[in-house]
Amino acid sequence: MLIALLALCLLFSLLTLKRQAGTGPAAETEMVGVVLNRISGSELALIVGASNTDSEILARNVYQQVIASGRDTARLIVGTPRDLRLALDEMAANDQRLGGIVMSGDAIKWRVIEQIPMNFPQFSNYLLAVPSERLWPDFLKASNLLAIVERIVVIAIIAIGMTMVIITAGIDLSVGSLIALSAVLSATVVKAFGGADAPGWSVGLGFLVGTLSCGLIGLFAGSLVHRFKVAAFIVTLGIMMMARGLAFMTTGGFSIDQVPNSFVWLAQGSIIGIPNTILLLVLIYGSAHIFMTHTRFGRYIYAVGGNAEAARLTGVPVGAMILLVYTVSGLSAGLGGCLQASLVRAAAPNMANMYELYVIAAVVVGGTSLSGGSGRVFGTLIGAFIIAVIQNGMNLIGIQSYTQMFTLGGVIVLAVLLDKARQSGGIRQLFSRN
Amino acid sequence: MVASPNSNAPRLLEMKEIVKAFPGVKALKGVSLTLSKGEVLALVGENGAGKSTLIKALGGAHLPDSGEIRIDGEAVTLPSPHVSQLEGIAIIFQEFNLVPKLSARENLFLGKEIVKNGFIDRRAERARAGELFQELGMSIDPETRCQDLTVAEQQTVEIARALASDARIIVMDEPTAALSQQEVDKLLSIIRRLRDEGISIIYISHRLEEIYEIADRVTVLRDGETVGEAPVSEVSKSELIEWMVGRPLEEEFPKCRSSPGPVRLKVEGLGRGTSVRGVSFELRAGEVLGVSGLVGSGRTEMARLIFGADNLDTGKIAISGERRIIRQPRDAIRNGICLLTEDRKEQGLILIHSAQENFGLPNLNAFKKGFLIDGKAEAQAFDSSRKNLKIKVSSGAQKAGQLSGGNQQKVVLSKWLEGNADIFIFDEPTRGIDVGAKYEIYLLINALVARGKSILLISSELPEVIGMSDRILVMKEGKVMGEIENAQSTSQETVLALALKE
Repeated sequence: MLIALLALCLLFSLLTLKRQAGTGPAAETEMVGVVLNRISGSELALIVGASNTDSEILARNVYQQVIASGRDTARLIVGTPRDLRLALDEMAANDQRLGGIVMSGDAIKWRVIEQIPMNFPQFSNYLLAVPSERLWPDFLKASNLLAIVERIVVIAIIAIGMTMVIITAGIDLSVGSLIALSAVLSATVVKAFGGADAPGWSVGLGFLVGTLSCGLIGLFAGSLVHRFKVAAFIVTLGIMMMARGLAFMTTGGFSIDQVPNSFVWLAQGSIIGIPNTILLLVLIYGSAHIFMTHTRFGRYIYAVGGNAEAARLTGVPVGAMILLVYTVSGLSAGLGGCLQASLVRAAAPNMANMYELYVIAAVVVGGTSLSGGSGRVFGTLIGAFIIAVIQNGMNLIGIQSYTQMFTLGGVIVLAVLLDKARQSGGIRQLFSRN
Repeated sequence: MVASPNSNAPRLLEMKEIVKAFPGVKALKGVSLTLSKGEVLALVGENGAGKSTLIKALGGAHLPDSGEIRIDGEAVTLPSPHVSQLEGIAIIFQEFNLVPKLSARENLFLGKEIVKNGFIDRRAERARAGELFQELGMSIDPETRCQDLTVAEQQTVEIARALASDARIIVMDEPTAALSQQEVDKLLSIIRRLRDEGISIIYISHRLEEIYEIADRVTVLRDGETVGEAPVSEVSKSELIEWMVGRPLEEEFPKCRSSPGPVRLKVEGLGRGTSVRGVSFELRAGEVLGVSGLVGSGRTEMARLIFGADNLDTGKIAISGERRIIRQPRDAIRNGICLLTEDRKEQGLILIHSAQENFGLPNLNAFKKGFLIDGKAEAQAFDSSRKNLKIKVSSGAQKAGQLSGGNQQKVVLSKWLEGNADIFIFDEPTRGIDVGAKYEIYLLINALVARGKSILLISSELPEVIGMSDRILVMKEGKVMGEIENAQSTSQETVLALALKE
C-alpha cells in the first residue's frame, strides 16, 4: 500500500503543479538582496506579508535579515490590505519617500497595490519586488503537508487501537462517540475550574479524565466481549449510542468553548520546533509497532485473532489480551477526542460523526484483515495517510464535497481489491477461479 | 510396476499422464489412473504424493496443465465442479462439504432442489431423502441440522448426496479417520453394496488393513508419479509400504524396552458431567500409557480435564506427589503438561501464521531480551528443531496451513518439545498421517520415553496402541473399564472386550 500512497502523492503533485511566487529560504535571500541592493537606504522599504500565510513567514524572515545587516529604513507590515493602506497613509502624512515594496504569495493580489498610483501619486516611482516564480505543486507546499497531518492525526491515533482490536478479529464501533465524550468531559472539567480563566494544569487534568474515562469504557466493552462472548459488533454498537447520549447529557446538547488558550497547545503547539501532532504520531506509532512486533503481548494478540481456541490451548492468556485491546482502543479514542477538541478549541457532543468508519477504513486500506490474525501498525498509518491525501488532493483540485464522498468510498473499495490481488499473487490470480 | 487389465472394453475412467504445477511445486508429474465399472480402487500414497491434487483435478477444482481424462472412452474436460458432477463424479472430502446449520435434507439437495411450480417440494425431497438413507442402512431424520448429526451420519448424507446426483464414480477421501470400528464396518458394507450396484469407488486411505478388506485394486502415488498399480490380492502389505515410501520398512511399531521411574502423574476421581465419570490412574516417568476405547468413551474429555482445557467437576490431580490445581491450559503448561489435540488444524495450530510463529508461541519467555523478543534466537531454535524432527518446510516463514498433515503434527510437537514439558498427552497423534511420517512420530515418542518423559497415548487405532504402549487403560462411557498391565503381550480382542464390557 506504500506504493499506492506514493503514487497518489505523485498524482496530486502533478495535478496541482502551478507557477508559484517563491517562498522559502531561496526567495528570502533573493528579496533581502533586492532590499539591500536595489532600494536606497534613504528611502523606506516596506516588507509586506498576509497574516497566517506563507507570505507572512517570508516577510518576517526577510525583515529580520534586513535589520540584521544594518538597514534601518525597512518596515514590516503583516496583516490585511487595510494595514498596508494605513501604513501608506502614515508615510504620506509624514512626507516619507517610498523606495520599494517587497511581498510574496497571497499579498501580491492586494488591490491596495494596484491603487497606489491613484491614491498616492507621490509614491509612483517605487520598486515592487516579488520573488521569482517557480513551478511547484500546491500539494507539496509545507503548509499543505502540515495540513494533511493535522487532518489525519486524530483518526490515525485512534486507528492504532482499532488495528489491535481488528487483529483479534473484533471491531470497535464506539470510537466516534468516544471522541465526542472525551472532548466533552475534558471541556467540562476545564469549565469547572474556571472556563476561559482555568489554570493550565486543569487542562491537563481534563484531558486525563477524558482519556481515562474512555479507557474504562473500552475495558467494559472488552469484558462483555470476552466474558459473555457477545459479538463485538453489537457490544460496541450499543456503547456507541450510549456514549453519544452521555456526551449530549453532559452538556445538555450545547457545545463548550469556554476554554483557556492553553487548551489548544496539545494539538496546535510544538516542542523544539516540531509540531506536537507529528511528535505524537511518531511516538505512538513507534511504540505500537515495537509492542506488536517485538513483545510477547503483541504475538499473543496476533494469536488470539489467528485462532483463539488454539491460542488458549497453547497457554496464551486470551481473556487478558481481549481486555487489553479494547481498553487500548478506548484510550486512543479518548486521546483522539482531546486532540480533536484541542484542534478546534471547542467540544461539541455531535463531533466526530461517523469517524469510526474512517478509522476502520484506514485500518483495512492499510492491509489488516477483518478476519483477524494479521496486519501491521505501520500499514494502518499508510492507510490513514492515503485517505487524508485523497481528501486533501480532491480539495486542492476543487472537487465538490459530495463527489469527494463518492470518490473516497470508491477508492477504499479499490484499495482493498488491490491488496487482495497482491496477496493472491497478481491481478490475474485475483480473477482466476482457482 | 504390475499392471493387470481385465478386458479391452473402454474403462469407466482413465486419467493419463496428468501434469499439474503450482507456483513453487510440481504436484503431479504425469500421473495415470484407471477405474472400471463396479470396482473399488484404493488410492494410496504419502502426504504430498499428489493424491489431493489428482482428486481435485477429477472434481473440476483444478484444470490439469496437460494430460487426458477419459470417461467411457471419451475425452472430457472438467473445468468446474458443476461439469464434473454432470459427468457423474462425486467427491466426498475428509472435511465434508456440508453446511452445518442447514438440515440433512437441505444439504442433500443443495443445488439440485426438487422444485414444483417454482417452489421447493419439501415433501418429495423428504421422501427421496428417506429412501436414500434407508438404502444406505442409516436411520436419519432428514430435518435434523447437520451440525447435530454424528460424523458417521454426516458422511451418510454426503454419500446420499452423491447417489442423488446419479454419481457413477464416488471418491472418498480418508472416510474412516473419524469413525468408530462399528461405523467403519457399516461404511464398508455400504461401499460393497454400492459396488454391487455398478458404482465405482475411489478409496483414499492410510489404513492399509481397510484397503485389504474393501478394495479390488490399488494405485500407489509417490512424489507426483504413479509408482505402482495392482489387484490388491497380488501385492503384500510390506510391498505396498515399500512402494509408498520408496524403501523397505522393517517394523511398523518400533517399541523399545523401557524401565519406568517414579510415579509422575496421579489422577483420582476425575469427573465432568456425564462425559467423564470417576477416572483414576497413575503415570510414571519414562512410560507410555495407552488409552483405548470406542468413540465417545470420554478419552479426549479426560485429557482436556488434565490439561485444564475444561473445568473439573470432581477429582484431584497430583504431580510428583504434590496436589496441583489446574484451571486453565496456562496452569497445566506451567506444571509441565502439554496436550497435542485430536484436531490439529482447529485446535493445535494457527494455520494463517508461519511454522516458526506457531513453534515460538508457547516459548516466548525463553527468547526474551529484556522486554523484547529476540527474533534471531527464536529463528535459530526453530531451525534446530526443524532439523531434529525432520520437518519439511520451505522456510520458517511458510504458513502452517500449507504443510502436510505429518509436518503439521511435527510443528505441534516441536512447540511443546522446546518447552521442556514432562507429561505429553497425545490425542490421536497419527490420524490422517502417512506411513512414513507415522514411523517418525513413533521414533519421537521413543526418544521422549528414553529421556524419562511420561506419555499418555490416546488412540483409536488398536494396533498402534498395542504396539507403542507399556500399559493400556480402556475406557467406556467416561469410566475406566480396565487396565492392561503388559500392552506388548495383549491382543486386540482383549482390548475390545474391555471396551465393550457391560
